[in-house]
Amino acid sequence: MSWFKRVKEGIVTRTEEKKEAPDGLFVKCPSCKKMATAKVIHEHQHVCLNCAHHFQVGSAEYFHILFDEDQFTELDANLVSGDPLQFTDTKAYPDRIKASIEKTGLKDAIRTAHGKVEGQDLVVACMDFNFIGGSMGSVMGEKIARAIDYSLEHKMPLMIISKSGGARMMEGALSLMQMAKTSAKLALLSQARIPYFSLMTDPTTGGVTASFAMLGDFNMAEPNALIGFAGPRVIKETIGKDLPKGFQRAEFLVDHGFLDFIVDRRELKHKLATLIRMLKQD
Amino acid sequence: MELELDFEKPVVELKKKLEELKHTEATSKVDLSAAIREMEAKLLELQQQVYGNLTRWQRVQLSRHPERPYALDFIQAICDDFIELFGDRTIADDKAMVGGFGRIGNETIMFIGQQKGRDTKSRKLRNFGMANPEGYRKALRLMKMAEKFNKPIVTLIDTPGAFPGLEAEERGQGEAIARNLLEMSVLKVPVICIVIGEGASGGALGIGIGDKVYMLENTWYSVISPESCSSILWRSWDHKEKAAEALKLTAQDNLDLKLIDGIIEEPLGGAHKDPEAVFKAVKQVIQKDLKALKAKEADVRIEKRIKKFSSMGVVA
Ligand SMILES: [Zn+2]
Repeated sequence: MSWFKRVKEGIVTRTEEKKEAPDGLFVKCPSCKKMATAKVIHEHQHVCLNCAHHFQVGSAEYFHILFDEDQFTELDANLVSGDPLQFTDTKAYPDRIKASIEKTGLKDAIRTAHGKVEGQDLVVACMDFNFIGGSMGSVMGEKIARAIDYSLEHKMPLMIISKSGGARMMEGALSLMQMAKTSAKLALLSQARIPYFSLMTDPTTGGVTASFAMLGDFNMAEPNALIGFAGPRVIKETIGKDLPKGFQRAEFLVDHGFLDFIVDRRELKHKLATLIRMLKQD
Repeated sequence: MELELDFEKPVVELKKKLEELKHTEATSKVDLSAAIREMEAKLLELQQQVYGNLTRWQRVQLSRHPERPYALDFIQAICDDFIELFGDRTIADDKAMVGGFGRIGNETIMFIGQQKGRDTKSRKLRNFGMANPEGYRKALRLMKMAEKFNKPIVTLIDTPGAFPGLEAEERGQGEAIARNLLEMSVLKVPVICIVIGEGASGGALGIGIGDKVYMLENTWYSVISPESCSSILWRSWDHKEKAAEALKLTAQDNLDLKLIDGIIEEPLGGAHKDPEAVFKAVKQVIQKDLKALKAKEADVRIEKRIKKFSSMGVVA
């Protein structure tokens, strides 16, 4: 079956059309405070032209950056959260989900898709931090598990782009078990010798770090991304001291041996494609 | 003198009254047997009422009871022989994570568990049962050795969480736990995991991927402690009872959610009231399950294990 046929059957989104910002809108870089138009920033992979600050973006932007001609097939696009614990804090969980869906236009904190990167197949799972802090509940675990199944079935490499505060409290132990579920599935992917690229972006913490994010054949991160198991605030409270500068940042993780490399978002696509080509099996 | 929890007060008070009554009978030589019998019946009724209707928060309290048996207590009581093994072969020996080969009859088993301390000094030594990355790597080293020598593995989970420290982050706490999740899911030998106290989040799960996962009756297992959940959602630690209810973190809850395979009963009032009975129950479960698990081929066990964890979750 040709790849194009599959695309036609699936849901094709043209992110370019949907997301284009009006020309006149100005955005201030949170790092160097310089202004630039949203259009210019969008054209430069949401990286500041002045200081190379990487703006926080979501699945739509990453799919646009990675996939050839904005063509991709979204997988399991309609999975939504249940309310297994009937969880209520200041708001009932289903209401929180509903409000997040309305606010973001997303179904949950991750989207999965298959497309081509410089002509090569890739399955990408990408998180959206603006959906309840990119938190991992059953939907995220299930979508990642199914994306891995898809990779296994079609023998395509997998990439997970993490941006998450960790497991979602409102699903209790069910959220915790998504760590087990995704890691167990990755063991199968590893046994099948299918490459898995983990890209950690700002921020990647908690149960996401302590499961699939750290299990890449290639662990990569964007510059200055916060990556850790415990959050900086919790660590500070535990040790009762200020944290050293650069603690838990991507550069810190490279120095301590937990990342293969840091990648500038503007070079992400080509570097990834190069790696995939290098790993091609005869 | 036994340590009482707040909700146990009525039981303790009635017990005291009963003792007094018995003492009066012994010293005054007046026949009070009818009154004593009546009070004993009342005590039993009260105990059943208090311990039979424990709230989720009360079970959390019992799971942390300072007299509760800890991992090494279980191992020493269950095994005919036990040789403790130390170190991750890279950086250190983590005293919060213990392990070694134990023997029950003809069966050699690799035991691994988080260990808490009982007094100020040993609590500090054991870091309150909060392992560092080297603890998880020590556990993995021992599990791989068990696999090499074709010996089954039993893990005893009891932790308030993986340690959130500076060095823990430097040495890759997240990576260490993640690695264990992946490796445990494809271990060729049978793996049984038992939550014997606290099952807090990734720190617990880091030794928690098994063919069979059990919880003792008065333990908890969830993504976050009730206190931390309360402080995040209600911005104060005062709502821990409400948080415990919301998280549905008890053994029964986790069984209902199909996240564990069974519950091991505890004596009325908790494991510390009759540790021998709990040791016996745990030993029986281990022996029975190992027999069944060993009858299967390794790849069948692994497939079933992965399938079990893959089916966890609720989506609409
Ligand atoms: Zn800038």
